[in-house]
Amino acid sequence: MDKIVSHKDVVDQLSNGMTIGVGGWGARRKPMSLIREICQSDIKDLTVVSYGGPDVGLLCAHKKIKKLIFGFVSLDMIPLESHFRQARQKNEIEVMELDEGMVQWGLRAAAMNLPFLPIRVGLGTDVLKHNPELEYVTSPYTDAEKLVAMPALKLDIALIHVNKSDEKGNTQIIGPDPFFDELFARAACKTFVSSEEVVSTQELGGKDGSIFNRFERSLVTGVLHAPCGAHPTSCAPSYGFDIEHLKEYSAAAKSFDEYSTKYLNKTHQEYIDSIGGSETVLNIPLPQF
Amino acid sequence: MSESISLAEICISSSSKAWEGEGEILATGIGLIPRIAAGLAKLTHNPDLMMTDGETYLISKPAPMGKRDISLDQVEGYMSYSRVFENLWGGKRHAMVTPTQIDSFGQTNISAIGDYDSPKVQLLGVRGFPGNFINHKNSIFIPNHSVKTFVKGKVDMVSGMGYQNKKLSNGKFGIKLVVTNLGVFDFNAENNNLQLLSLHPGVSVDDVIENTGFDVIIKSDQPTIMPTSDELTCIREVLDPQGVRNSIFGE
Repeated sequence: MDKIVSHKDVVDQLSNGMTIGVGGWGARRKPMSLIREICQSDIKDLTVVSYGGPDVGLLCAHKKIKKLIFGFVSLDMIPLESHFRQARQKNEIEVMELDEGMVQWGLRAAAMNLPFLPIRVGLGTDVLKHNPELEYVTSPYTDAEKLVAMPALKLDIALIHVNKSDEKGNTQIIGPDPFFDELFARAACKTFVSSEEVVSTQELGGKDGSIFNRFERSLVTGVLHAPCGAHPTSCAPSYGFDIEHLKEYSAAAKSFDEYSTKYLNKTHQEYIDSIGGSETVLNIPLPQF
Repeated sequence: MSESISLAEICISSSSKAWEGEGEILATGIGLIPRIAAGLAKLTHNPDLMMTDGETYLISKPAPMGKRDISLDQVEGYMSYSRVFENLWGGKRHAMVTPTQIDSFGQTNISAIGDYDSPKVQLLGVRGFPGNFINHKNSIFIPNHSVKTFVKGKVDMVSGMGYQNKKLSNGKFGIKLVVTNLGVFDFNAENNNLQLLSLHPGVSVDDVIENTGFDVIIKSDQPTIMPTSDELTCIREVLDPQGVRNSIFGE
């Protein structure tokens, strides 16, 4: 079994109007090389589900998003995402703004093939006012509590960045927090992973390595070898987020051409060269809070 | 103490009381002052509090501000984002947060300012506010108490629920303390109105009234209790030896 694919192979699987889930969290472990590949394609009108960071911002800057389903968009150290802000303030995208836990519940419902999962979160807030499609469900038990029926967030495709994978799609997320990537994979019809390293099955480390295998290979359609593929987001334990690059990226909301010429519309290897090579990325220290 | 006591230190000491008597729960202080305050609570009156390193691990001692040698952190447990969600749904958490707007009901906003469809200012998004406020107690720190933060009417996008919807929560809803650059407040007046508990040095009742966009009950105009020398030692020598706190008010 060999699931190895190229950046182009993955984007060829996308079509206009699809719903795409992006793993990671804010400025952490985002499949950025795939996001850049989407940005330089003709794909448009995507619905994107994300715990958002520069993945959402870059897609906004390239007008790829029709609708964003999100709880936040942030670059962590830089709290506000300038490209997302601009898209919202110019009313360029539709939004379904949810509590972070509601996003998780929607993905879980999709993962479990359920139409919805009940949740108390959202009650008493404007999340319900701005999402009139959200319905309620009344507990059938004696408490008769009225809850939100969080609908399944079904994904056509999930894109996830991992530390290691073999050719069969036995992946490992070695960073301490796997975020909600497992649910993205389970909620999707197809999941493509980009991986820092592609190794043999033996090199995955047997029993000791298997605790880092956060979801099983049957969920993985394709494996892309993308060293430093999360840059400028972090990929613990290999590298932190590139704060200087993120600042330059943020400032580019005013005028995107210079950033675009310097870093975009390139192959992944050309991109890595443009930021100083993979050694530069691997030397970026992990963030400390 | 040789140095004079700063406003940041007064706010940290006042804010640390948010976790008083809260028992063995997860203390989350988001932002500079709340984070140091949570650490102070753990080092002084509530050693049972659980705290994270700001990322994924529970650590035995509060992480000091600024650069530190993380290999010295005593890790005692695991707290991924997924586990934080599970924890907060169980209600065993108390967060101190800084919303961009708060109203007379205690409703908070970190989502967007202005018209929702094309906001004047897009902020973070509601993040975990809907879940936090409906599931566990919270406290608020506001560094810039003004009519723009304490707004007249309703906040622009209700992210955290308020007292008028308390019955919708799991029974644990409450805003325990509101600490600002002007004084200390809570929502425990009759009908859960905001009330003044104490004034920071140099602040008058008129300052509070002028800078709050809705009626505030003056329960007390006493001065805020100053940090003790023990608290100051903890803040200055343990929690923030590099003085990062001074940046918040430009002190």
